[in-house]
Amino acid sequence: MIGFHPATAPRPSTDVRLLCVDRASGRLDDRRLESLAEQLRSGDLLVLNDAATLPASFLAEGPGGARIEVRLAEPIDSDGRVQAVLFGSGTWRDKTEDRPPPPVLAVGARLTMGTEVAEIVGVSTLSPRLVRLAFLGTREGALAMLYARGRPVQYAYLADELALWDVQTAYAARPWAVEAPSAGLGLTWSMLEMLERRGVELATVTHAAGLSSTGDDAIDRALPLAERSDVPQETIDAIARTHRRGGRVIAVGTSVVRALEGRAAVAMKAGADVTELRLGPSSRLRIVDGILTGMHAPGESHHQLLGAFADAQLLERAVQHAAEGAYLAHELGDTMLIL
Amino acid sequence: MKDINVLITGGSKGLGLALGKELASRGARVVLVARGKDALDDAVSAIRATGGVAHGIAADVGEKEAIHRISGQAVALIGPIDVVIHDASTLGPTPLRPLLDTACEDLERVLAVNVVGPFRLTKVLAGPMVLRGRGTIVFISSDAAVSAYPTWGAYGASKAGADHLARILGAELQATGVRVLVIDPGEMDTEMHAAAMPDADRASLADPRAVARSIGARIEEARS
Repeated sequence: MIGFHPATAPRPSTDVRLLCVDRASGRLDDRRLESLAEQLRSGDLLVLNDAATLPASFLAEGPGGARIEVRLAEPIDSDGRVQAVLFGSGTWRDKTEDRPPPPVLAVGARLTMGTEVAEIVGVSTLSPRLVRLAFLGTREGALAMLYARGRPVQYAYLADELALWDVQTAYAARPWAVEAPSAGLGLTWSMLEMLERRGVELATVTHAAGLSSTGDDAIDRALPLAERSDVPQETIDAIARTHRRGGRVIAVGTSVVRALEGRAAVAMKAGADVTELRLGPSSRLRIVDGILTGMHAPGESHHQLLGAFADAQLLERAVQHAAEGAYLAHELGDTMLIL
Repeated sequence: MKDINVLITGGSKGLGLALGKELASRGARVVLVARGKDALDDAVSAIRATGGVAHGIAADVGEKEAIHRISGQAVALIGPIDVVIHDASTLGPTPLRPLLDTACEDLERVLAVNVVGPFRLTKVLAGPMVLRGRGTIVFISSDAAVSAYPTWGAYGASKAGADHLARILGAELQATGVRVLVIDPGEMDTEMHAAAMPDADRASLADPRAVARSIGARIEEARS
């Protein structure tokens, strides 16, 4: 990634930096994430993705004893079915694009994880590595296997393996995310309390944040895949209230933007839904007025989405400023607030 | 308590099991956590046999790695947790012994299960409760938390620590809609009591089922 260095280990939130990007004036300000409350106004609404992060990566034995890494692309549904991406040999320390592909498995092939067995019930036309699995036992058994064998998805740039503790936000509830909704990882309860004292309202969505990269060109070009979300009525009401009083709706992370804008593109209703919306420079935002995001380099799908918030010239200037100022990138990195 | 999601640690025996049965009979969906899988399976089957909704997670609350395993599975099985009951506890080695004869590692283990475990689990489960503006966190306490009974050092110190942790948590969450309750159930006729005081007159001890009924009522009251 040109210009940026990744944060290679979890950091205390006091170390996390915040680049404030003001769209109207084009001004860039270097701050700390701890000062977030000072950047927002009474009457604003901060929307958090309260999805907890799953231990979405686990090892399985395929036909002929092949060792296959399975990465869930979504949470296991109520029927014990789930979309997943398969990885071949190598470990998380290898870049995903450098790992050899797994053996091609057809519908009916089985994966064994200790006493649990899953059958491949669908193979995507996009890539043979993108499959649909059906666990043959109970959903309870599949979850127990996942939490016993599974690890959070790891990244080649990490110094050490991440534990589940490292990838949860302070407000994580339903385990729906296969990779952490990382823009919120640095938010602490002290910071959230400070925001509320300032008159900033808090609301949540649950959005099943998907895989960020698979090393398979065809799949990576299609990312993000369709993702499910659940928006409570309280959040719909809070958004309406915020816009009525002239406040701003600020999303914590691209997953919140996807959940809200994906829904608004159809109908702004509460409840569970699936979105395939891809946002970019030509998108018109209907709900979200600003975003707190991680540092993403040009070319990443997250960066593409930021084009909906700021013009290319301002974004380029912000990224260059961050790179020159040694801001750290990726999941455990620094943050940027575009308002 | 219809459609209320409850997580109970130490849920396969004694008061924890009685609470699981009681709250399930009041309409709650319960997840029981305990170390021993066989006793846990029996407890879950007993609740399901009476039409209740119950699941079991075999885990040790004294282990840090177990915490997200517990919370993640529980929430995936029944949904966001409305009520967590910290009932799991250990006496340490029995027969009970004076503090000067207590191994350092034994004290650490008692603190890990009785204080640090509930702290970690609360840390993970209380955040979403605060954002929803409602939730109940129950710490099952003991008179050993306030009375200095000789030979009860490890357990008593741990229960005093857990009580104070709960009180501070209650003060910090005061305006959030999340309630923190500390409940001393009194002396009950349980396996744990027999391990601590094998010579006790069982007729003088309370039936955990009766205690569970009164705790169930207190939880309902706290939620109303």
